[in-house]
Amino acid sequence: MEQVKIDELQTLINSFANEDVYIHLETTNGAYASHFDEKVFNAGCFIRNIVVQYELGKVTAEAPHRVGLKLANGGWIYAQGITHFELDEQGRLLMAGHDYEGKLAVALEISKTPFSY
Amino acid sequence: MLEQQESQILVVFPHPDDEAFGVSGTLAQYANAGVPITYACLTLGEMGRNLGNPPFATRESLPEIRKKELQASCEAIGINDLRMMGLRDKTVEFEDDEKMVQMMTKLIDELNPSLVLTFYPNYAVHPDHEATCKAVVRAIRRMKEEDRPRLYCVAFANDTVENLGEPHLINDIRDVKEQKIGSMRAHASQTGWMMQEEEKRKEDGDTESHNWFTEEAIYIYDWNRDFEESF
Repeated sequence: MEQVKIDELQTLINSFANEDVYIHLETTNGAYASHFDEKVFNAGCFIRNIVVQYELGKVTAEAPHRVGLKLANGGWIYAQGITHFELDEQGRLLMAGHDYEGKLAVALEISKTPFSY
Repeated sequence: MLEQQESQILVVFPHPDDEAFGVSGTLAQYANAGVPITYACLTLGEMGRNLGNPPFATRESLPEIRKKELQASCEAIGINDLRMMGLRDKTVEFEDDEKMVQMMTKLIDELNPSLVLTFYPNYAVHPDHEATCKAVVRAIRRMKEEDRPRLYCVAFANDTVENLGEPHLINDIRDVKEQKIGSMRAHASQTGWMMQEEEKRKEDGDTESHNWFTEEAIYIYDWNRDFEESF
């Protein structure tokens, strides 16, 4: 993965618009967050292989970035804290937000084929 | 080395690297003594948060990396039979509970282990750990008392000593330190930062080995204080 280059990422986001795509969206503090610090309220969510169509996708200018997808059915998807991106060898757009220690905190992935596993 | 002789060991943990931290030394000693060991690893740690800084892995490439790390760790320890059970990281507790018990029963029926190693229910911290060890305990509970394997558990919740007391077994693993280091190193994607800290500590003149590399603490599951009445 490399650090977000806005123009490149925006072009990639555009290339998945207006067709059925599979989404992976995840936020996490890690399963041990409240083990190491009892004051941490541990919350997160995870969806994978949800099929949507978006008519507009946008990455915002300031880092860490926000990426929002305006869905064709009136719905929305967004992720906050995106730092890195990659178009992988299977043509999937992988976006991730790595915290100050390098640990994954958020992931948004878009694919034309279902994610395995 | 633990005094208890074993004929077959079954290890059940949900994540590649769970075997490394708590029991790889103990397992290495048994492996060196020729005891066959089966490790049922339920997931491939697909949801791990350590992807390197700068990242060397992605959410999608991590499972293949961790699979290779797991295989290398088993080799370092001397585990001859690794079973990857195909569940997904962080979803174990959402599987059907009975299906989970059946998975464990099937392994136990096939292998007839004299010793089973897993986490201690309610003292295992991670939801996958809890779901895994509860399924193991349930499967063994269904067996006749005289047929049950010994059940050793790893417990590391903050309230472990307060509620369970001091560990029942403290196993000196200094003779297999290199094998444990090999197992931990094998999981480079997850333990890299930890091993670096250890190196740095030594460079700074700390001569004492971290207790990871000198002893392992084990609780024997207490059937008289079972975590639930029945399932």
